[in-house]
Amino acid sequence: MILMYFTERPYRDVPEDEVIKNRGFFGVPNRFFDREVGARLYNEYLDEMVYAEDVGFDAIMLNEHHGTPFCMGAVMNVEASILARITKRARIVLLGNPLPTFKNPLRIAEELATIDCISHGRLVPGWVRGAGSEQIFNQANPAYNRERFEEAHDLILAAWTRPGPFRWEGKHFNYRYVNPWVTPFQKPHPPIMIPGVLSPETVVWCAQHRYPYLGLGTALSATAELWNIYGDTAAKEGYVAGSENFGYLQHVFVAETEEKAQELGKAHLFGGGQGAFSRPEHTLPPGYNSKEATKRLARTMTAGSGGFLGVSAEQLGRAKSNEDQPANLQAVADSTRRRLARGEATIDEAKAAIYKSYQKAQDGLQIITGTPKTVIPKLRRILEVLRPGTFGVFQSQGPVSFEDRMTSIRLLGQEVLPAVREIGKELGIQDPFERQPGSRPYTTGTQRDQLVSLDALRANA
Amino acid sequence: MAEWTEEITHIAGTDLAIVKGGKGKPLLILHEELGHPGWMSYHQELAKDRTLIIPIQPGYGKSPRVEQIRNVHELGLFYNWVLNEMNLAPIDVIGFSIGGWTAAEMATANSKIFRKMMLVAPSGIKPAEGEILDIFAVTIGTQLNATVHDAAAAPEFRKLYGGERTPEQFEAFEEARTESARIAWDPILHNPSLPYFLQGVRGLPTHIVWGREDATVPVTAADSYQVALKNTDVKLTIFDHCGHRPEIEKSAEFVKLVREFLA
Amino acid sequence: MHIMYFTERPYRDVPEDEVIKNRSFFGVPNRFYDAQVGARLYNEYLDEDVYAEEVGFDAIMLNEHHGNPFCMGAVMNVEAAILARITKKVRIVLLGNPLPVVKNPVRLAEELAEIDLISKGRLVPGWVRGAGSEQIFNQANPAYNREYFNEAHDLVLACWTKPGPFRWEGKHFNFRYVNPWALPYQKPRPPIWIPGVISAETVVWCAKHRYPYIGLGTALQSTVELWNLYGQTAADEGYMAGTENFGYLQQIHVAETEEEAQKQGRAAMFGGGAANFSRPEHTLPPGYNSKEATRRLAKQATDYGFLGITSEKLKESQRGDLRHIGIPKQNGDTRDKLRKGEISVEEAKKKIYANYQKAQDGLQIIIGTPKTVIPKLKLIMEVLRPGVFGLFQAQGPLTTQQRLTSIRLMGQEVLPAMREIAKGLGIVDPFEREPGSRPYTSGTQYDSLVDLEALKRAPKRDESVRV
Repeated sequence: MILMYFTERPYRDVPEDEVIKNRGFFGVPNRFFDREVGARLYNEYLDEMVYAEDVGFDAIMLNEHHGTPFCMGAVMNVEASILARITKRARIVLLGNPLPTFKNPLRIAEELATIDCISHGRLVPGWVRGAGSEQIFNQANPAYNRERFEEAHDLILAAWTRPGPFRWEGKHFNYRYVNPWVTPFQKPHPPIMIPGVLSPETVVWCAQHRYPYLGLGTALSATAELWNIYGDTAAKEGYVAGSENFGYLQHVFVAETEEKAQELGKAHLFGGGQGAFSRPEHTLPPGYNSKEATKRLARTMTAGSGGFLGVSAEQLGRAKSNEDQPANLQAVADSTRRRLARGEATIDEAKAAIYKSYQKAQDGLQIITGTPKTVIPKLRRILEVLRPGTFGVFQSQGPVSFEDRMTSIRLLGQEVLPAVREIGKELGIQDPFERQPGSRPYTTGTQRDQLVSLDALRANA
Repeated sequence: MAEWTEEITHIAGTDLAIVKGGKGKPLLILHEELGHPGWMSYHQELAKDRTLIIPIQPGYGKSPRVEQIRNVHELGLFYNWVLNEMNLAPIDVIGFSIGGWTAAEMATANSKIFRKMMLVAPSGIKPAEGEILDIFAVTIGTQLNATVHDAAAAPEFRKLYGGERTPEQFEAFEEARTESARIAWDPILHNPSLPYFLQGVRGLPTHIVWGREDATVPVTAADSYQVALKNTDVKLTIFDHCGHRPEIEKSAEFVKLVREFLA
Repeated sequence: MHIMYFTERPYRDVPEDEVIKNRSFFGVPNRFYDAQVGARLYNEYLDEDVYAEEVGFDAIMLNEHHGNPFCMGAVMNVEAAILARITKKVRIVLLGNPLPVVKNPVRLAEELAEIDLISKGRLVPGWVRGAGSEQIFNQANPAYNREYFNEAHDLVLACWTKPGPFRWEGKHFNFRYVNPWALPYQKPRPPIWIPGVISAETVVWCAKHRYPYIGLGTALQSTVELWNLYGQTAADEGYMAGTENFGYLQQIHVAETEEEAQKQGRAAMFGGGAANFSRPEHTLPPGYNSKEATRRLAKQATDYGFLGITSEKLKESQRGDLRHIGIPKQNGDTRDKLRKGEISVEEAKKKIYANYQKAQDGLQIIIGTPKTVIPKLKLIMEVLRPGVFGLFQAQGPLTTQQRLTSIRLMGQEVLPAMREIAKGLGIVDPFEREPGSRPYTSGTQYDSLVDLEALKRAPKRDESVRV
């Protein structure tokens, strides 16, 4: 198994009230940014990553968001560059570079090739379409999001694998002279991994490209469904998908005692947590969704909801049916936001609503908080259901101290990682470096691998 | 009683849905960015002595998207082609919001395509003061509410948008917004070259109509249009206590104005 | 005096014949890139930078070129990011980010802010228009080069200094929602320096913005003229320019003995050196120059320095492929003869290396022991009085050890001597005195920026010799 350490590098000193008043992290005015705090945090996060390598993580995962205190990695390639030099062994996994927001993808090809060379071939570049808010921030037309994604992807791969110079004349990008001097260290090109939040289009695209798909903390049942779509697509493409084709990211926070873990773990919900990343109008600008996705979304919406977010039908369903006792963070954020916008709730009430869901979020495995002893069984449940070859541990987002974060990393390294590796072995999980994704041919008419365990899923329900 | 029909015509290399209704001389109507709102009272009134021809913009409703239309100028070229093929030029035109911008683009390509042109709160020119509402970064609700000055006083607005939102409506809005984004995302709902080319419009009586409280395209843009159209006969009417959609908020006055101008 | 270490991070293993056959570094097909070599070199260059800090340099300067073995820093911000973390006190000077080719200035503002923060305020971001070849590589329309440059510059600065969110509606860039979360450490913004190869427009633009101007190895005579133009513009703008407003970059190689130095220093001529960075048609794509500059170029045959627009190049252009500016095609020089097969690669190489001594005589390159290079540097400092001085480690196939020795000798002997000389000449740098901070009173005499007497002692540069 490939075990990754991940943090969004949040700016943890942002006033929570500002996030709540603004109804999302995206769009908190940058006057709340303090340079001393920022400088310290960037360097502490790098310290964490070096430490994560020391304690045994196989990879450091980075992500990128713009214009938000939620994630200071606006240009994560900056941190990836530094990691290429200051770490020695860990893979540097970028999930992912937001291709449609780049106006000059060739520059990204050069940048990543440079990083891969400096790291002596430890880069795993992943691609994303970018959240809706990234399109707004970068003035990237959402109506062309998927087209730009695909063309930028093809161009970068061509820049890496096709001998230069050659001309590129596409729909969105034109280059008269593609000949980047520096090409990647890894041949024919670095392994690519794609993260997602359950868009079936993306899952199918991944399967067609034989790229591992990594679910970003998505609900287990929906994830299991999508992985079966991946498996079926793989079979159609003529290969057998297995654990090497999948990854999963999970919020985990560990402390020395259960009491401390429970207290500190609340920070996951700071400002509304993951669900309060951006407002619906920023998450879903026009044209961002495909027609199909819009249709799915329209079907799941009941009249008069007033809002739409569309991360998954399941989440929306819950948001609607269970507004008073929401079952997940997105739903809490949505309902809180609506009430705030309508002036039906005060900030304090909004906050109370957010933190009320702490236990439920733990019960539903949206977040896992505890001591190594209590978190390992929960992680086992996920591993049993999803069998991911790559597993990312997502460190607490909210205002937890640097020291407590480092303790969590230490405990993960000392106790959780070895246990997870054992479980992985027991379950026969292979990672993408042990077995090349897409390398096993599929014979028509035979049974493909079981990718998920429905028994385990039922046991969880 | 069927006051209007919608038919698909193969024209200008595509299948174009066209809503038609009324009797008399043809009058072209170019709808706004959210699409053809349906047969409203102002349609009803105008249809008494004019044949309304309302093409459904490619990418909306039953008109499939035309990939080659990548900006509003090209949308204008498309409609010029449609008018030529239908042998309708010169024709009177009313363009609402982005439809007004489109009509202006058509005129820059060929002043003689129209007999008279009415632009109702057109986007297309960056106002000297204030900003065009960034409709792409707000919810549909916010966008809709910004189109009228006083929703309570505009029964037609409530009729249009006051009820529950159906999945079909949601889809239609998303399609409309997507199409607008495709052609007008960057720069935000304007064409920096338009004022220059509008100076080339000659011999085309033009009437610009605006609501003083327009929160979508600030009324200051009316001056910019007027200045740019200096080489043709141009009039300006501004309605008080009115937002972006005079045809809904000030229906009676609006219809009267159209009749006078097109007479 | 602020002293910078600089290398273009050349890919030193590129076969010289390929460069010569291709008639320049730009456009050598990338199949000659070996990732093992590249990985080693990148890390060695970072080692050099760290070592330069140790031996006493005040700053590390980086530059950026695309699609070219001449400079592996295609996205120099990658290296800048690393230096922000692995160095402790040096300034990180970027000369410069090619604004017209970047295409998303807001992203650049974010990227540089991060680097400034990680370094705790050691970043000096500079901007360039980018050589002509960069426009070709990045598909950046050269006809809008200066417009892109100006607008991207204004937008980056607005990102850094104007509270977000705000809307930006320009000619070339539109952003509906500018609100970068991380802002630079340095307030109100990091200091900005501009490098150049003697474009008068750039010098005037710098003076108006009170940005120090760094001459990239340009001929002393024309540099002096341009600095006086800067000084005059500064006075018009109401401030006094001084040593803090100027910098100079000099290519150099130092070894333990003169004999070793002379032997090793030939590397600077490798492949035709910087003069063979790109071909005329790539250096001057249509519209890259302003009308004024094109007129100057068409009329004169003076030196425009460093990367390319020299009298020699002009002649080449005339012979080559600049008929679009109305200049007829002629026949002539090495490159052209090579292209036509009139001379062999060997003969072309011979011609290049034949100029080695002349290049030293004209100070295009300075090669020697600390004892022999110091007087030459002193002369340049006397003439130009630059507050910032960049020592440009010679390019070409030097060994790692030779390069490190050069750095060590510079640190041990050359830097202390230069600091003494600077003190004697009263040179202050932009951190000692804020550029543009001294008001100028109309009608009074302003600081003398250059020493014309010293210039008389300077050797005459043979402009036909390019390194």
